[in-house]
Amino acid sequence: MSETTPSAAVDPADEAAVSAAVDAALSAVQAATDLAELKTVRLAHTGEKSPLALANRAIGGLDKTAKATAGKLVGQARGRVNKAVAARTTELEEERDARILVEEAVDVTAATRRRRLGGRHPLNTLMDRIGDIFVGMGWEVAEGPELEHEWFNFDSLNFKPDHPARQLQDTFFVDPPSSHLVLRTHTSPVQMRSLLERELPVYVVCPGKTYRTDELDATHTPVFHQVEGIAVDEGLSMADLKGTLTHFARTMFGPEAAIRLRPNYFPFTEPSAELDVWHPTAKGGPRWIEWGGCGMMHPNVLRAAGIDPERYSGFAFGMGIERTLMFRNNVPDMRDMIEGDVRFSEHFGMEI
Amino acid sequence: MRIPLSWLREYAPVPEDATAEDVLATLVRVGLEEEGVHRPTDSLSGPIVVGQVLTMEPETHSNGKTVNWCSVRVVPEGQEQTLTGPGIDPSGVQGIICGAHNFSVGDKVVVTLPGAVLPGDFRISARKTYGHTSAGMIASVRELGIGEDHDGILVLSRLGLDPEIGSDAMALLGLYDSAAEVNVTPDRGYAFSLRGIAREYCHAVRAPFTDPVAELAPTVPAATGDGFPVRIDDAAPIRGRAGSNRFAVRVVEGVDPSRPTPPWLASRLRLAGIRSVSLPVDISNYVMLEYGQPIHTYDADTLRGGITVRRANAGETLTTLDGRDRTLDAEDLVIADESGAVGLAGVMGGAATEVGESTTRILVEAARFDEVSIARTARRHKLPSEASKRYERGVDPQLAPVAAQRVVDLLVALAGGTDTGRVTDVDHTDRPAAIDLPAGYPTARVGVDYSPEAVERALTAIGAEVSETVDGWTVVPPSWRPDLLDKEDLVEEIARLDGYDRIPDRLPVAPPGRGFTRSQTARRRVADTLASAGLTEVLSYPFVSQADNDLWGSADGSHVPSVKLANPISEAQPMLRVSILPGLLEVLRRNHSRGFRDLVLYEIGHVFLAEGYTADTRPIPPLGVRPTAPELERLDAAVPRQPRKLAAVLTGRDAAAGPWVAPREHDWQDALDVAVLAASSVGVELTVVQGRHGAFHPGRTAEVRTPDGTAIGVAGELHPKLVAAQGLPERTCAVEIDLSALLDHEPAAVTAQPISGYPPATQDVALVVDRDVPAARLLDTVRRGAGELLEAAEVFDVYTGTGIPEGKKSVAVALRFRAEDRTLTADEASQARQNAVAAAHREHGAEIRS
Repeated sequence: MSETTPSAAVDPADEAAVSAAVDAALSAVQAATDLAELKTVRLAHTGEKSPLALANRAIGGLDKTAKATAGKLVGQARGRVNKAVAARTTELEEERDARILVEEAVDVTAATRRRRLGGRHPLNTLMDRIGDIFVGMGWEVAEGPELEHEWFNFDSLNFKPDHPARQLQDTFFVDPPSSHLVLRTHTSPVQMRSLLERELPVYVVCPGKTYRTDELDATHTPVFHQVEGIAVDEGLSMADLKGTLTHFARTMFGPEAAIRLRPNYFPFTEPSAELDVWHPTAKGGPRWIEWGGCGMMHPNVLRAAGIDPERYSGFAFGMGIERTLMFRNNVPDMRDMIEGDVRFSEHFGMEI
Repeated sequence: MRIPLSWLREYAPVPEDATAEDVLATLVRVGLEEEGVHRPTDSLSGPIVVGQVLTMEPETHSNGKTVNWCSVRVVPEGQEQTLTGPGIDPSGVQGIICGAHNFSVGDKVVVTLPGAVLPGDFRISARKTYGHTSAGMIASVRELGIGEDHDGILVLSRLGLDPEIGSDAMALLGLYDSAAEVNVTPDRGYAFSLRGIAREYCHAVRAPFTDPVAELAPTVPAATGDGFPVRIDDAAPIRGRAGSNRFAVRVVEGVDPSRPTPPWLASRLRLAGIRSVSLPVDISNYVMLEYGQPIHTYDADTLRGGITVRRANAGETLTTLDGRDRTLDAEDLVIADESGAVGLAGVMGGAATEVGESTTRILVEAARFDEVSIARTARRHKLPSEASKRYERGVDPQLAPVAAQRVVDLLVALAGGTDTGRVTDVDHTDRPAAIDLPAGYPTARVGVDYSPEAVERALTAIGAEVSETVDGWTVVPPSWRPDLLDKEDLVEEIARLDGYDRIPDRLPVAPPGRGFTRSQTARRRVADTLASAGLTEVLSYPFVSQADNDLWGSADGSHVPSVKLANPISEAQPMLRVSILPGLLEVLRRNHSRGFRDLVLYEIGHVFLAEGYTADTRPIPPLGVRPTAPELERLDAAVPRQPRKLAAVLTGRDAAAGPWVAPREHDWQDALDVAVLAASSVGVELTVVQGRHGAFHPGRTAEVRTPDGTAIGVAGELHPKLVAAQGLPERTCAVEIDLSALLDHEPAAVTAQPISGYPPATQDVALVVDRDVPAARLLDTVRRGAGELLEAAEVFDVYTGTGIPEGKKSVAVALRFRAEDRTLTADEASQARQNAVAAAHREHGAEIRS
């Protein structure tokens, strides 16, 4: 540091001495390695006690002619030094800034999650998606109670008392059974409620929870979900049913999906059909998969809602949501949907 | 219904090389459901041949057991053994050790030769045993998988057989046959027969069908004067329908009780899933399977007087064929003789009149019973049988005399019986009602342009009589189709036979809809909001115990009226939930036991409230008619209220620890936040008061209320004792709110508020109040007191300790003031703050903390 500390005043008229003072200042400025050092250098070479400042002050004692020359000499000298200090300051500031940014660097790949996305249950997400599809077609979404009156669950849907079909659906009855309350065995009672409540024509889907007395295993659960669809209008035929199902299948399984109907029996439809879907991206290759049941609404169902079956006709379809999820999203075991293991819902997140 | 292929081929053009799978694929096309395949050769393979026992030498061994060392000829004498392989003796005579003794030299038996495989993957090979090389086995029916009788060797002469030595025993015993099993829908009772299945098969392949019943019918004699006396006397018909409308009886005598059931018949029964019992019973079952007519046979010598078909007398008893004594219900239809009930009509016969080992005179009953009557009796006595299954679905009322004839013919042909010529046929049947089918109806209903020829062809094929009218057809359905009642039933037949694959796609255009309801979108928003906030949606079963409902459904554990199931999955959980929490906590425990420590689970679902509900046991309205408005109201009133609830449970930390993440334990406030967040997402601001609930920590329970003050739920930390007792993770927190009630407060429309561009003036104030003054109430007072310049006020600290008197607390509140139209001066803000403090002092005795 000693060489940066000027020791004596400089004669403002001595060009060599001024030049030497400038050189000393410039080399000291250049030698400063950080902003603190530079500050010391700046004070030493440009401060009030610095040789050039003293030389500047000494100009006043010179004669007129010498004054002008010395003034120009010392002024230029101080200007060079100040400029060098400013330049070096900028340099050192940039160095410092760059160093701080380097020091502040982190390994972003080590980041963990602060805000975690939870997850919807995929059965619910799927029912929401189905609602979206049908609402997009102008249909509405209808709802009804899960604990339902027998008339809505059976009689209104043309299940005759004592008919074997009534025994097929392993029904949970409320105690005492004479109270005529059941946990709905299908979403079909919502059909009847919709028809009783709404003006014709009616186009509704009814997704929801349903119950049968099955023990839980890989393909059965006593609590499950269905979606039911009904349309009642003038002039509807099985072709309308099939067209609707084809559209639905394509939105669920892709543009290659197709529908196949096979004759079957349900008390509330006539003609009735079992519904297979051609699943183009099924695991293990494209194939037909049993998807649900459907048919033209039985006139007795329309009559139960006070609708004239000679004027109006309707179709209905229903499918299991669990089953749909099983083959649409490759869930091999129904228990995964039931047990509530967080890995199941979280894997789906908000998607389906 | 299992269909032996050899049997089906008698009535339908099934190709010789068709497999059971092929038959199923064909039948599925016309509406029968594929159920499975039964094929003996899947578990059984040869060489299995007929052998004749040449010698048998009993040898008693050191274990005390006597076995027979036999030589058995398996190739006709003078011919060469053409089979080769380890253990096959080229001489055509096999040495075989046999432990059974029920046969003798000269008997023809079934020999399973080395290389054969028997059911259970039992591989036959030559092996050393009892000092000999035994090369094969003399088989019993059980080892062959064709019967239960394992007492001894199958001696073929006892089946009335004398086949050639060396012939294929599998063919002899019908073991190459196989059966296709289909599920028959409840409307198609007639398809519970080979006759019906064959008709359906012909529909599927569009081949003409020859009805075996129609072929046999002309040979059936009319009732004779000396027919066995039968009286139908139903004093209490169910829904106006007599218990029986057809009853045919025949009597066969001279039956030889020692006659065995021929193997072809036994084989078909076995493939159809019916055990061989005795020849007369086997014939009854055979005819039932063949035609669909249940048959009952009686030992005619045990009947006293004629038969009466009547309702049981209340308390009357009957010992049924299965040996059980049954007390009959006055609604049960019985077959009675002078001694009383001798059978439960259409369900099960009585033990006293059963055909037994000494029966030579057999009375054959072929009757038609009412569907509902049989269904109720079968259910009442828990006696579902092959017969009741058919009666419940409806048996062809014209079939009885023909089926009885078929039984008589088989008893004569196979059992050595003689037809007595006594024929009874009580016939109260009606001709099926004719149906008018308008010309355009099938096309309008299905969307396929059916030609008149196609309609007539289909209806004729199913056996209907079709006659043309001015504008369509009059159709009389066949007697075996009681399901065809109306024109839409005929349409299904036309569409089915023409093929559902011909139906085109047409997408109907629905009228403009209203979209999702507000409640539907709000519910989805709540669910999505919680999932976005890191909660995981799960589902739990709604089955709980009464104790669960009492604990979670009331604040103090008192009895909560609950809906009880008559037939629960588990007797321990017969109630329907009034709260989602017990199920959700079970899910929490399950996840915890699977190693997950940080859990925030939620569920939205219905609960079932029995409060204010009384069971309505009055009869329910009939089907096919719209109930009157009062009736509909009554139906609705009979259904308990089922609001939706939202529940969440929390344990562990809010995040996993990370280099820059310091996790925090979930606490009561996180539980409360779930409710507040859910409500915010639907535009409702909840208020919170200190709560009390038996399941929750007494000091860390919040009751949440809607703006009108209605309590809709509880949130907080669970009671430590409950947590310990229920094996929950420590400090588990929970929340449950009535979502339906919350959504009732969703604003119809949100009114915008002016946004001021002027700067705010912020001031803090610390107020010292009694410790039991709720911060929320203090804050409420401050807000009102500060006046309209106040933009926001939030509690940012609650302090007790040094500097604060005993029994007091300091509540620090941050105030933000702002005016709509000017920059506030410091004085204005201070004045407003002063007003707030004054109000707090007035209402709560608050002092500014010094």
